[in-house]
Amino acid sequence: MAVLLKAEARTAGAGAISLRSVRKVYASSAGAVEAIADWTLEIAPGEFLAVVGPSGCGKTTLLNAIAGFDPITAGEIALDGTTIASAGYLAPPGADRVVVFQNGALFPWKNVVDNIAYGPIVQRRMSHEQALRAAHALLERVGLADVARAFPLKLSSGVQRRVEMLRALINDPKALLLDEPFRALDAISKSAMHEELLRLYESTQKTIFFITHDLDEAILLADRVVVSATRPARVKRVLHVDLPRPRSPLMTASREFLELRAQLTGVVHEEAEKALRRGERELA
Amino acid sequence: MAEPDSHSLRRRLRSSQVLLGAAGALAFVAAWYLLVRFEVWRFAKLPDPLSVVREWTARRPQYGVSLYTAAYYQDIWTSTVRVFCAFALATLLGVPTGIALGWSRSVREFLFPLLELIRPIPPLAWVPLAVLMLANQEAAMIFLTWIAAFFATVLNTMLGVTSIDPAYVRAAYCLGSRPQDVLRHVVVPAALPYVFTGLQIAMGVAWFSLVAGEMIAGQAGLGYMILSAYMDLQTTTIVIGMVTLGLVGFLSSALVRWLGERLTAWQFS
Amino acid sequence: MRLEGVLTAVRVSAARGTRLRTKRVESVRVLRGAAGIMGFLALWELGVLAHVPILAQIPAPLEVARAQWQLLHEARYYVDWLVSLERVSAGFLIAALVGIPLGLLMGWRAKFRYLTFPVFEILRPIPPLAWVPLSIVFWPTTESSIVFVIFLGAFFTVVLNTLAGVRAIDQRYVRAAISLGATPAIIFRRIILPGALPSIFTGLTVGMGITWSVLIAAEIIAGKSGLGYMTWEAYVAGAFPIIIAGMFSIGVAGYASSAVVRLVARYAMPWTKPF
Repeated sequence: MAVLLKAEARTAGAGAISLRSVRKVYASSAGAVEAIADWTLEIAPGEFLAVVGPSGCGKTTLLNAIAGFDPITAGEIALDGTTIASAGYLAPPGADRVVVFQNGALFPWKNVVDNIAYGPIVQRRMSHEQALRAAHALLERVGLADVARAFPLKLSSGVQRRVEMLRALINDPKALLLDEPFRALDAISKSAMHEELLRLYESTQKTIFFITHDLDEAILLADRVVVSATRPARVKRVLHVDLPRPRSPLMTASREFLELRAQLTGVVHEEAEKALRRGERELA
Repeated sequence: MAEPDSHSLRRRLRSSQVLLGAAGALAFVAAWYLLVRFEVWRFAKLPDPLSVVREWTARRPQYGVSLYTAAYYQDIWTSTVRVFCAFALATLLGVPTGIALGWSRSVREFLFPLLELIRPIPPLAWVPLAVLMLANQEAAMIFLTWIAAFFATVLNTMLGVTSIDPAYVRAAYCLGSRPQDVLRHVVVPAALPYVFTGLQIAMGVAWFSLVAGEMIAGQAGLGYMILSAYMDLQTTTIVIGMVTLGLVGFLSSALVRWLGERLTAWQFS
Repeated sequence: MRLEGVLTAVRVSAARGTRLRTKRVESVRVLRGAAGIMGFLALWELGVLAHVPILAQIPAPLEVARAQWQLLHEARYYVDWLVSLERVSAGFLIAALVGIPLGLLMGWRAKFRYLTFPVFEILRPIPPLAWVPLSIVFWPTTESSIVFVIFLGAFFTVVLNTLAGVRAIDQRYVRAAISLGATPAIIFRRIILPGALPSIFTGLTVGMGITWSVLIAAEIIAGKSGLGYMTWEAYVAGAFPIIIAGMFSIGVAGYASSAVVRLVARYAMPWTKPF
């Protein structure tokens, strides 16, 4: 899919994301909860960044702030130098940073083509016919032409995720925000999705902010893996992945991969223990 | 002999289901017949099924109403027109109201308590007020039928909007939607299954209220037909009226269901 | 209301660069609700005073309040309440006592379901009030015929919801119980009954709503007493404010009886969220 996407892509600009001392506190019935303490990180244009950490550690909260869904309490988030979130300010969500959701959010009442064509149509970037033609062309190239008229619920979750990525990419965003997009998939379709995402990333070079629980997935896909500390979330460790590109799922057996994996497991394990102990304390 | 595969097994099962169902219905009719014929307790006062069928299909009915009389179709027509007018009004007013209530928190906060205050009043308690308010008989009947259908439509539509998965709304904004795009492309289609649940209930309560309205204050229609048959002690005609009501009620609900299934075909995987 | 969070966020973000709104206080919600109701009453009062076409025919809210106040001092008003409550309770309880076991049996035994379900499907679309004349003919007293029609109103809903509740029980629970050596009696008591309970109570709540509607019409058509009769009598006698006071009373009665069903539901099913 990627080859042609690239050919068609308008140059959308760089896609550098800066997170500076981002902090998020929200009120709950039990009082103020600090979800994110102090997140600071520069994401380079075209970088594939994976964030791993225990559940409920504030990763999704961070993604929601970048996407423009939820405000932050303090600090600043900037996209290519323009502030998109700070204390008391939140830029509205937009097609420059499209989210692919955890459980998928294709509109079940629109067929595949209409889903993909949706963005360009509502943004008035293309006419209705143009958008449909572009959507058909995309599907054709990734070999999904025969599901063009199908409703999403009739498709496997794997195909649904592929379509959802096309729906994001047709807008030529600066960044893609992926919130555990492959969580619900079985191991085999997951591996196929990894291949597809790699191909796509390596040819479009979009900035990708990728949240996951799966350490193998994080190492295989990303340029850097950030381990987030558990509640409140902080950058605990940043790991550089120096595996060469183009990557393939076969690399998971390489020595470099296994070394990184061991290193990452150690760091994550510590955090998981902490989360577990806290869980026990809360239960007691 | 061929091995019974799961398909033919299912067919056999279904045929036994049909057979048992027919047996049940037959037993019901037979019991009714026997109870009336042998004058068990007060069943003697009721017409037996055979005489109902005979009267219903008679060219010259004893009590004036059968498949061959114009009066019969006039009553059906009157009631059906009333129900469909009320139903259309309930849809036209109820769906937008429900969407506004679900979509805007301010609208909900201002109007929902008022709605909740009026809703517990059963639709039929409006009968005297409707007759008083609307001098026109037709308008009073339609108002009564409308009020019941309206609440069912509003509440289900609102429920449909408030239970939309927020991910769809977020996805839509991500893709560059303006609020009016979200309303048109997300809120309305996502709420549609609930809207149709509401419309199905609305159709049921519309017939329910109309019959009562016609019995109490009507001068035509199936409800009136039943009541006037009662006044003239023509129990056979009462049963014909009841069966007819069941039939048209069933058909109109089936129509709404069919329409709903066609318009929300996407939800069946 | 999961959507709420999203909508608020969107509204906040739509106003680019503005300060985020502070968290809304609960009292605002109450005030707005009160404003909505007061506004409605004011419009109604003004509409009557200004002789707006349809509203001109009906009494103004203040007159209604006065009528309600007077009713509160009349013994007959309470008698009407009692009579209506008795009829609804009787019809509703019989519907529950007959309908729940029948629904359970239909859900539990497929053959019985196949046998009886079509009869239900034939009878169900007939509106309960269409039964009134036949019911008067059949039952020896008016009272019993009114109770019978009320019973019918709740009966079908109770049976069908109970049946749906049994059918919706996850078969894995039943299999788990069988593999643990449970007898059919134990499965029925420990799995089928509690599993169907939420649906049964949904049926009872909906059924309770229908009974009041049926009661009113039945009282108007056949009764000589009760809240429904009171409103009709007020109409016939030209005591119009009492019509609306009566509607209000019926609304209160209907609301209260639904609240009782919900209360029972909460005690019977401590494991579910209150509904």
